[in-house]
Amino acid sequence: MNWTWFHKLASPPHAYRIAARLLPWFGWPAGALIAAGLYGGLVLAPADYQQGDAFRIVYVHAPSAWLSMFVYATMAVAAAIGLVWRIKLAHAVAAASAPIGASFTFLALATGAIWGKPMWGTWWVWDARLTSELILLFLYTGVMALRASIDDRDRADRAAAVLALVGVVNLPIIHYSVYWWNTLHQPATLTKIGKPSMAGDMLWPLLVMMLGFTLYYAAILLIRLRAEILRRERDAGWLTTELAR
Amino acid sequence: MERTGIFSAACLAFRRDLLLAFRHWGQVAQPLVFFAIVATLFPLALGPQLAELREIAGGTLWVAALLASLLGVELLFRADHADGTLEQMMISGQPLAMLVLAKGFAHWTVCGLPLVLLAPLVAAGLGAPPAANCTVMLSLALGTGILSALGAIGSALTLGLRRGSLLLGLLVLPLAMPALIFGARAIDLAIHGDSARGPLLLLSAMLVLCVTLAPPAAAAALRISAE
Repeated sequence: MNWTWFHKLASPPHAYRIAARLLPWFGWPAGALIAAGLYGGLVLAPADYQQGDAFRIVYVHAPSAWLSMFVYATMAVAAAIGLVWRIKLAHAVAAASAPIGASFTFLALATGAIWGKPMWGTWWVWDARLTSELILLFLYTGVMALRASIDDRDRADRAAAVLALVGVVNLPIIHYSVYWWNTLHQPATLTKIGKPSMAGDMLWPLLVMMLGFTLYYAAILLIRLRAEILRRERDAGWLTTELAR
Repeated sequence: MERTGIFSAACLAFRRDLLLAFRHWGQVAQPLVFFAIVATLFPLALGPQLAELREIAGGTLWVAALLASLLGVELLFRADHADGTLEQMMISGQPLAMLVLAKGFAHWTVCGLPLVLLAPLVAAGLGAPPAANCTVMLSLALGTGILSALGAIGSALTLGLRRGSLLLGLLVLPLAMPALIFGARAIDLAIHGDSARGPLLLLSAMLVLCVTLAPPAAAAALRISAE
């Protein structure tokens, strides 16, 4: 089998063009799925018998929380590829992913707080999920801060990659330790936050939203990747001809 | 030419770091004083009632130890980086991870161990009963080891950066949070007269994980930083 197409992916000019070509294939389905999911979640789904309409924020909250972890995993895989095979494009993917992941983490925290206010009567509780999400946000900021503090691009890439990998080893430990800490310290009144078994007409919009958010992440990643390639290759010859076309 | 074995090389690195530390005794004492000062801040901020302080003694000790070891670990590679010793270590043909482990252990001996020995004194000041001293020391002994290992990674990543010390905290503190949870919990259990076996075992597991995985990661980070 001919694998040249695969190797070509790692070259910035090719990636730059392919990203542009792929963008509509992710962008439009993402928009359609999010629209359908929102309609299903906000209009079609029945109100929850306990939480009323307030539960509907789950259609933004849960996909954000899912992506906050998915993006970190993507970032870590890209970082590992960049570190092992020294593929600069993989580092560009990791660099482009970090702010997106941090944004999703922040969104998950914010929607969680907004959801918590009517449900628990307070904006913030030291719940295990919330706390590990907060630590995840700190990990993202650490990776971004390290990248931003190093002037040399190559060194910044690889240092951030090492940190992302250390973080991914630590994530399960953080998650379970926070879970354990929480069950010891908190009264068990908040068990309702756990995933309740959902009725079918509530569940499908959620799954649609999750898929839509994931495609949205892919679309944003492609846009950011193009910007990242532009920034990294600003002195390269191919870019001048590419932009002149 | 005869080659030095891995273990004798590690022992040499360990001895060298200890010797350097004893020649600059003032630098070694600074994190200790810092530990005592941070622990003093809590009673001043929260009030002098020993009954209340006892409730937060575990957390106070651990937060103070966390900050103090952060202060100490910053110096782990800095001098060696500045005078070129680090580059000599890299081209010496010895596994860098092993030398990092030796350096980390030396760092723990001069920075973590005195802190562990000082801890019962601070704990007594916070109203912890003498019966808890054993757990206090054990929990901090395991904990400072974990912090030295995690700190070595952070210190290697931020080597030679402007405002590296602030960044070091940003990188290392989130990673150290699980250790903080179990360490403070162990002391808390001991103060209330319960068995602290569970959290201590978990801390030991974390220490084993850190000691095995952190040296290669720190070595990789050093190679990146020293290029």
